[in-house]
Amino acid sequence: MLPATLREVLDTFALVNDPADRAALLIDFADQFRQVPPHVAEPPFPKERRVPACESEAYVWLVPQADGTANLHFAVENPSGVSAKALASILTSTLSGRTPAEIEQVSPEIVEQIFRQNISMGKGMGLMAMVQAVQALARAARPR
Amino acid sequence: MTAPVESRGYVHGDVLVSTDWVADHVNDPEVRVIESNEDMLLYPSGHIPGAVQVDWTLDLNDQVRRDYLSREAFGALGSRIGITPGTTVVFYGDKNNWWACYAFWVFQLFGHTPARVMDGGRLKWEKEGRPMTREVPKHPATTYRARERQDGPHRAFRNEVLAHVRSRGQLVDVRSPEEYSGARMHMPEYPNEGALRGGHIPGAKSIPWARAINPGDGTFKTAGELGEIYLQEQALKPEDPTIAYCRIGERSSHTWFVLKYLLGFANVRNYDGSWTEWGNLVGAPIEK
Repeated sequence: MLPATLREVLDTFALVNDPADRAALLIDFADQFRQVPPHVAEPPFPKERRVPACESEAYVWLVPQADGTANLHFAVENPSGVSAKALASILTSTLSGRTPAEIEQVSPEIVEQIFRQNISMGKGMGLMAMVQAVQALARAARPR
Repeated sequence: MTAPVESRGYVHGDVLVSTDWVADHVNDPEVRVIESNEDMLLYPSGHIPGAVQVDWTLDLNDQVRRDYLSREAFGALGSRIGITPGTTVVFYGDKNNWWACYAFWVFQLFGHTPARVMDGGRLKWEKEGRPMTREVPKHPATTYRARERQDGPHRAFRNEVLAHVRSRGQLVDVRSPEEYSGARMHMPEYPNEGALRGGHIPGAKSIPWARAINPGDGTFKTAGELGEIYLQEQALKPEDPTIAYCRIGERSSHTWFVLKYLLGFANVRNYDGSWTEWGNLVGAPIEK
């Protein structure tokens, strides 16, 4: 079950069918993207944080909080990485403050639901890899 | 720092303009700057002021058949972006001008010869901190009287490629080395778009398209550096008919541009059917 916050965003995208409107919505999210704060990480970012197959050079962190939830952070090093910034912004705004078990519910299928025809050939794999990286970090942070 | 375009020794160097040149001509009514990208989000997220967008899937391809747009559709496109056959169109875009060269090539099928490519594309313009805007310009529409599409000089079809193979003509495969060898059926990190067989057209030389580019700023290498790759290392002859191909003809339009204009090959065509046609063609010869 996806967290309700993420479901709401997916519902919004489901209602927007015009490619130009979808592009505008994605760019709005990209504009809200905030790079990982310095207290979490500073460049040069370590290789093990890098999302594989993402041409926008995205890095991801999942920081567990004292209350059992976790916060997500991304760095996107390619200034043209608009799609990566949009997805990072959606993921951080809807999944931060959730428990790792909840965050783990996210699946790469959301990429197709969010981007649809706005996805360019090479990007789909990289964007799905961003989601998979979040899943993997959440799984590793889950209490055993 | 890359040397100025005019000092790089290209055979037809006037097809390439610098970011400085474009900055000086953004308000020139005789010039239309056109952005063509792979990534559909880039133009709406910011572009050169005054630039219009031409999208390769929506604007340049027939929406039903696998073919390019008709004369009527090209006329409608030219009218919409407010140009006449005399307007100098300047293409730029993402991915080292990969799609810009593709759009440039399609414009050549319709004989729109006042055409240029902005050296370095989006990457260089952005790196230089030049102005970008989200405002979509409203250029007054024109009535563009398009010429009939002339595929012959620029475009090769499968039967012509087959005849070219039999006569041991020059072929350039611009895909990745893994696609060329048949080890993979698609670009690294791209989905498989469906070819049943892997490998390359017999006799083709493997010269990945991006070897023509300086990766730091997306500019084209000098004529001397390009000559070392295409003429010395791969022993291509500029006077011999040449066909370039890739997967659907987009990466190879970039190499077509390099061979035809920068190195002055006399007869070079782009086989846009490329591997998605050849790798599915019953009985077509394949080398691995």
